Amino acid sequence: MTGSTVAGHQAPDRIAYWQAVDSGRLLLMATAVTLVTAAFAVTAVEARPSAHHPIYWAAALAFGGFIAFGELLRLALPGGREAAPIAMVGAMSYALLVRLPKYGDTRQSAMLVIAVAAVGMAVGALPHIAAGRPAGITGICSRIVAVACVAFIFRPLVPKEFHDRPWELAFSIMALLVGLGWLVDALAGALIRADDVGAKFSVAMLDEIRLQWPLGLAVGASVIITVFSADAVGLLVLAVFIGPLLVTQIAFRRYAGIRATYLQTVRSLARVTEVAGYVEAGHSRRVSRLAVAVGRGLGMPEPDLLALEYAALMHDIGQLSLRDPIPGGATVLVSAADQDRIAELGADVIRVAGVLDHVADLVRCQSWPALGHDPPPPLGSMIIRAANAFDDMVGGSIDRDKSAAALERLRLDPNQYEGGVVEALAEVAGRRVPSRL
Amino acid sequence: MVSRAAWLYIVVVVAITGVLVATSRPTSTHVPHPIIVLIVLQLLFLVCDSAKTPLTSRQTKWSPSSAATLAAVILLGPMAAAFVGAVSVLSLRRQLLIAERLFNGAMYALCGLAAGAAYVKLKGPVKVPEFGDFPKIAVAFAVAATVHVVANHTLIWGVYRLNRGSGMLRREGLESSLPLLLASDLGYACLGLVIAALWMIMGPFSAVLVLVPLFVARWAMGQFAEQQRAYAATMNALCQAVETKDYYTRGHGDRVSRGAVMIARQIAMSSDRTDAIRFAGMLHDVGKLGVPTQVLQKTGPLTEDEYAAIQLHPMRGLEIVREIGFLYEALNGIMHHHERIDGRGYPMGLAGHEIPEFARVIAVADAFDSMTSTRSYREAKSIPMAIDELRRGAGTQFDPLIVEAFIKALDVEEWPLSAPARAPADLTIVTVQDHDDPTAPLQVVIP
Repeated sequence: MTGSTVAGHQAPDRIAYWQAVDSGRLLLMATAVTLVTAAFAVTAVEARPSAHHPIYWAAALAFGGFIAFGELLRLALPGGREAAPIAMVGAMSYALLVRLPKYGDTRQSAMLVIAVAAVGMAVGALPHIAAGRPAGITGICSRIVAVACVAFIFRPLVPKEFHDRPWELAFSIMALLVGLGWLVDALAGALIRADDVGAKFSVAMLDEIRLQWPLGLAVGASVIITVFSADAVGLLVLAVFIGPLLVTQIAFRRYAGIRATYLQTVRSLARVTEVAGYVEAGHSRRVSRLAVAVGRGLGMPEPDLLALEYAALMHDIGQLSLRDPIPGGATVLVSAADQDRIAELGADVIRVAGVLDHVADLVRCQSWPALGHDPPPPLGSMIIRAANAFDDMVGGSIDRDKSAAALERLRLDPNQYEGGVVEALAEVAGRRVPSRL
Repeated sequence: MVSRAAWLYIVVVVAITGVLVATSRPTSTHVPHPIIVLIVLQLLFLVCDSAKTPLTSRQTKWSPSSAATLAAVILLGPMAAAFVGAVSVLSLRRQLLIAERLFNGAMYALCGLAAGAAYVKLKGPVKVPEFGDFPKIAVAFAVAATVHVVANHTLIWGVYRLNRGSGMLRREGLESSLPLLLASDLGYACLGLVIAALWMIMGPFSAVLVLVPLFVARWAMGQFAEQQRAYAATMNALCQAVETKDYYTRGHGDRVSRGAVMIARQIAMSSDRTDAIRFAGMLHDVGKLGVPTQVLQKTGPLTEDEYAAIQLHPMRGLEIVREIGFLYEALNGIMHHHERIDGRGYPMGLAGHEIPEFARVIAVADAFDSMTSTRSYREAKSIPMAIDELRRGAGTQFDPLIVEAFIKALDVEEWPLSAPARAPADLTIVTVQDHDDPTAPLQVVIP
């Protein structure tokens, strides 16, 4: 087991919270805590219940409740991400709320918006804590920072800018700001992720954008709908609009759920080669972890990493078609022709599925040497080849001498193992520590 | 195909709708340019309707088009709502039959009319809403939305029932997804009110804005369906890979899975559990990989150790699939599929209803497929002969209720008989004894 190199799609091993706090997370949390402290202080000084119309307080309460409800219904997304789209809709809408019927222009300050969002999210997180789930403090912080950006820009514009202007102006400004808020949220997410899994920041950012844009689009449109229809309907809109939002969230939940089950299934079924005695116990999972960590170190984007993980898990599945297990299961020890055959057989198995042809290609090319093969093998295949050879020699051991010797052997064979891949592998192997101290 | 009864039903629905629309009058409304409003809402309806999304099974499609009809109820009144619903006839989904188009058009028109009538009856004001109208509108609208959803589902249920026999709802697994479907419909119906409210500010653009979250939801649903298909295909491929070790048991997992699903439907399992038993059936023998090949291929009687190795396969299977986020029951089904009702099975020797239901179901389908497949040492039994064997084993080896349910299901659905296996000449990897075959129990040397 290698704790710190566990990559991407696998849930990281549980570690003490302070151990998980690193620079990006610290920066985010410090920003959020500063904002919330300032917001509470200002709100406490400025706000006297008698100074405002009851609707002012009713709005704060209604949006706070909506945000808490949204935080309660957090959404697990593929790749171990967590989002709270309904809470985000609530907080952003409150930041952009311009007018309420029978009341006129709403005058909540940016500070009040932050305070309401913080209280709402904290209240919504309580049941999660009570049920023993993670509090999700990082996610809350990044949502608060995103909402704060929007509120600080937008609140000073209201109300004087929007009076007697066409609705298109307000619409455009809001659309821009919602987009900005979403980008800030994605940026924070990428920052955390880059720290957590050791990805390059630019790659992590592109991954966030690629993965989050549909949900971001739904949240953005919902915010604008909420703000404009609150102008007509009043606070009642929150009760009406929760229906469609819930249905959208259910759709995303089901999608994320089936993705997770899919991955679990491939992970489990890849172990059939171990149970059947073809390879050493834990081999496929170790190779897949190594391969994903190496791929991430080389800056592969997340969809490619997923294909790499699937291919690495199933790289030995072709052995099932062999009459007798290879001694010790180590493919590194058999002839090149046999390696080719196992790779071809494995690719055939995967190709039957009809939906994983890119994975089948990675498996098929895993036996190709890095140099001198025409066409050259894809990067994923070279990674699997190196990771497989490394694990065949080192196994589950974390002995540094053993691992150094294995790397030395890979380095001595640059025709077989690509140099950049081996160096990335050396870096990952250097980080290997026992998962339980 | 559309049955004669269903055709009659469709004609009646069309006729009733036609008469009702012809005898009703347009409500007077103060909406500026009512014709443009009507056309925009019709376009919105058409876009939503043409982009229907599969919800759970292949049969259940779902669309948020009711939002357009319900917006028309508020803005223009019942008759206009009927005209909005009627454009379903023009749906861009090409695969629709004429009968389906006619029915959909009439059905949505009737739903719009009914919802509109309820709205007007409750004194909901027909106009571009202003704030003062809202408490009144909200109550009337809630009732109208409920009427729409109920009318829609009742009319559809009628056509299903007439067209495919009364077992339809259950057999397609719709029953347990019905609450989800109703909730989705009601949830999106609320958008009708949102469209009407936004109309005051941004006019027809409100329809465009509302489409954005709708299409994102549809995208997510589509992704879900796609992943589900990919998942099933991958599972199938991996199971086939496991079966390559043995020529004669090819397709065994797939057929057992189908048999288990047939039984599950017959005994009215919920669709979640049916999905789980589908996978459990497919994977029930995966643990056989852990049994040494020479034991599986041994010709003579087995030693006790070898028999013990075979008896271990359900546990090995469990070991492999334990970490998949299945229903707990599916794991039970895999682990206990060789238990017998009389308690003489393995691995735990459970008896009667101690054996989990999944395991009792899989045991029947498993034995049946084994008997109706060719083995190297015998020909396949015919289906009636295999049924007789199942009946003989009912009460000792099998749960009699499950056996009867399976026999009933075999009447309705065809059994996917395994292709008569003709082993290729060079093939050496065959199972000589079949541990699943109840008529030829494994021979064990008794020392």
